[in-house]
Amino acid sequence: MTSQPETTRHGTLRLKVGLAEMLKGGVIMDVTNAEQARIAEEAGAVAVMALERVPADIRRSGGVARMADPKKIREIMDAVTIPVMAKCRIGHFAEAQILEALGVDYIDESEVLTPADEEYHIDKFQFKVPFVCGARDLGEALRRIAEGAALIRTKGEAGTGNIVEAVRHMRLINRQIKWLTTLGDEELVTAAKQLGAPLELVRLVAREGKLPVPNFAAGGIATPADASLMMQLGAEAVFVGSGIFKSSDPAKRARAIVEAVTNYDRPDVLARISEDLGEPMPGVDVHELKEQELLQTRGW
Amino acid sequence: MRQPNGDVRTTPASSPPPNHANRDDLVIGVLALQGDFFAHGKRLEELGIRWRRVREPADLAGTAGIILPGGESTTLLRLLASSGLDEGLVDYWRSGGAIFGTCAGLILLARTVLNPTQQSLGFLDVTVQRNAYGRQIDSFETRGRWSPPGASEPTDIEMVFIRAPRIVQVGQKARPIAWHQDEIVAVQQGRVLGATFHPELGAEYTVHEYFARLCVAEVTATTKYAS
Repeated sequence: MTSQPETTRHGTLRLKVGLAEMLKGGVIMDVTNAEQARIAEEAGAVAVMALERVPADIRRSGGVARMADPKKIREIMDAVTIPVMAKCRIGHFAEAQILEALGVDYIDESEVLTPADEEYHIDKFQFKVPFVCGARDLGEALRRIAEGAALIRTKGEAGTGNIVEAVRHMRLINRQIKWLTTLGDEELVTAAKQLGAPLELVRLVAREGKLPVPNFAAGGIATPADASLMMQLGAEAVFVGSGIFKSSDPAKRARAIVEAVTNYDRPDVLARISEDLGEPMPGVDVHELKEQELLQTRGW
Repeated sequence: MRQPNGDVRTTPASSPPPNHANRDDLVIGVLALQGDFFAHGKRLEELGIRWRRVREPADLAGTAGIILPGGESTTLLRLLASSGLDEGLVDYWRSGGAIFGTCAGLILLARTVLNPTQQSLGFLDVTVQRNAYGRQIDSFETRGRWSPPGASEPTDIEMVFIRAPRIVQVGQKARPIAWHQDEIVAVQQGRVLGATFHPELGAEYTVHEYFARLCVAEVTATTKYAS
């Protein structure tokens, strides 16, 4: 056996994006305890998001929402074999350090929790663990990627069971990407200024016609049809927050949404799996939310 | 370890093997239920090979081989069952279709799966341990040796391991074809390949090229479902 030169590396961007590649075509489900985590895994989730409370409850209870208790996260990590994600507050790099020490597989620097820093997001290149961040438009997505995010998701409006904001964010990102592909080199400089995004990333998107990292949907997905809608709009996987465990039959709905993401472009299959799922989570009309109640405006 | 369809290794072929002597006619399927199937498809495209997403048994028609991509094996098992592809792949294997599994795809192909035990197709005579290196922070990229049958000397290739399984035991029917240090990271058994790493994320085309050649190779008594 010849010996290999030691060239082993951990925590590279390729490894971070690589895990997101493995999650494509899948459903990441919010869970608050080991039992829910097992239900999610059994239903076919590709990963779970370990939380103290789902976004609908965070929204209702108010106050400061923080990283979950490490004991709770460990309990969920011990319960399943699929990747476990956890949320930290925007800009709260100490929470992120703790989550990395716990060994979570992905960190969501999330607007669902109360921001810890209104000026700066986390420098995600300082971590070996990959980060996912929310975005409402292309500029925001590229700023997060510039900070080291390996995966982007739409923000949507978490905890509402209302897909309208996720649709708005996905369509806007798509439209802005298309727009970049039509611009000349000199126009890209101005576009970068308008988007508030680094020129190098703007050039990359203009050339490739897509984000340099995977793009998932989140924020308001409650039904198989919602999942299909987001996939047809270009999402590569979906996060379901409150939509599963706030519904009347979580296991059945979870299985149906998993099937829906795989078969997103087959209405006949979607019709069959959407049958008889019980009550979805109660929804919220985002137009009835006050400006300060919106989660999506957290971060920049 | 229970196989989903009983012991199929002794069952005769149910349909004639595909004939793809000409590379121009070659179409390779990529299991597209969940996982990094587009990354595999892109590799094939860049090699000038046509590929097709496979989500139900009918999609296998006309393909000479299928790639089972990386993803989550627990999710893939569920979707294989609901799509009928669990049985479809057994028929495909019996009829001599070439099969290549990476990471989760290898877990699906193994005879025995540990940590925890779970169902598998059993086309490869290996025991595989899931998440054997630890969690995502333990994922790594490195270089290793690729040395399949017919290679005059080993090739040094990039190997990307993401929450990877380990091949902890190789049975008599399977042949090791790649190593990282002293560890076996890929095996071949007839027309079936399995790797614990992700050649679709590495720098070289070596592994996909080898699989494409396996797809067009004539099916013989020795290459068909056990060597």
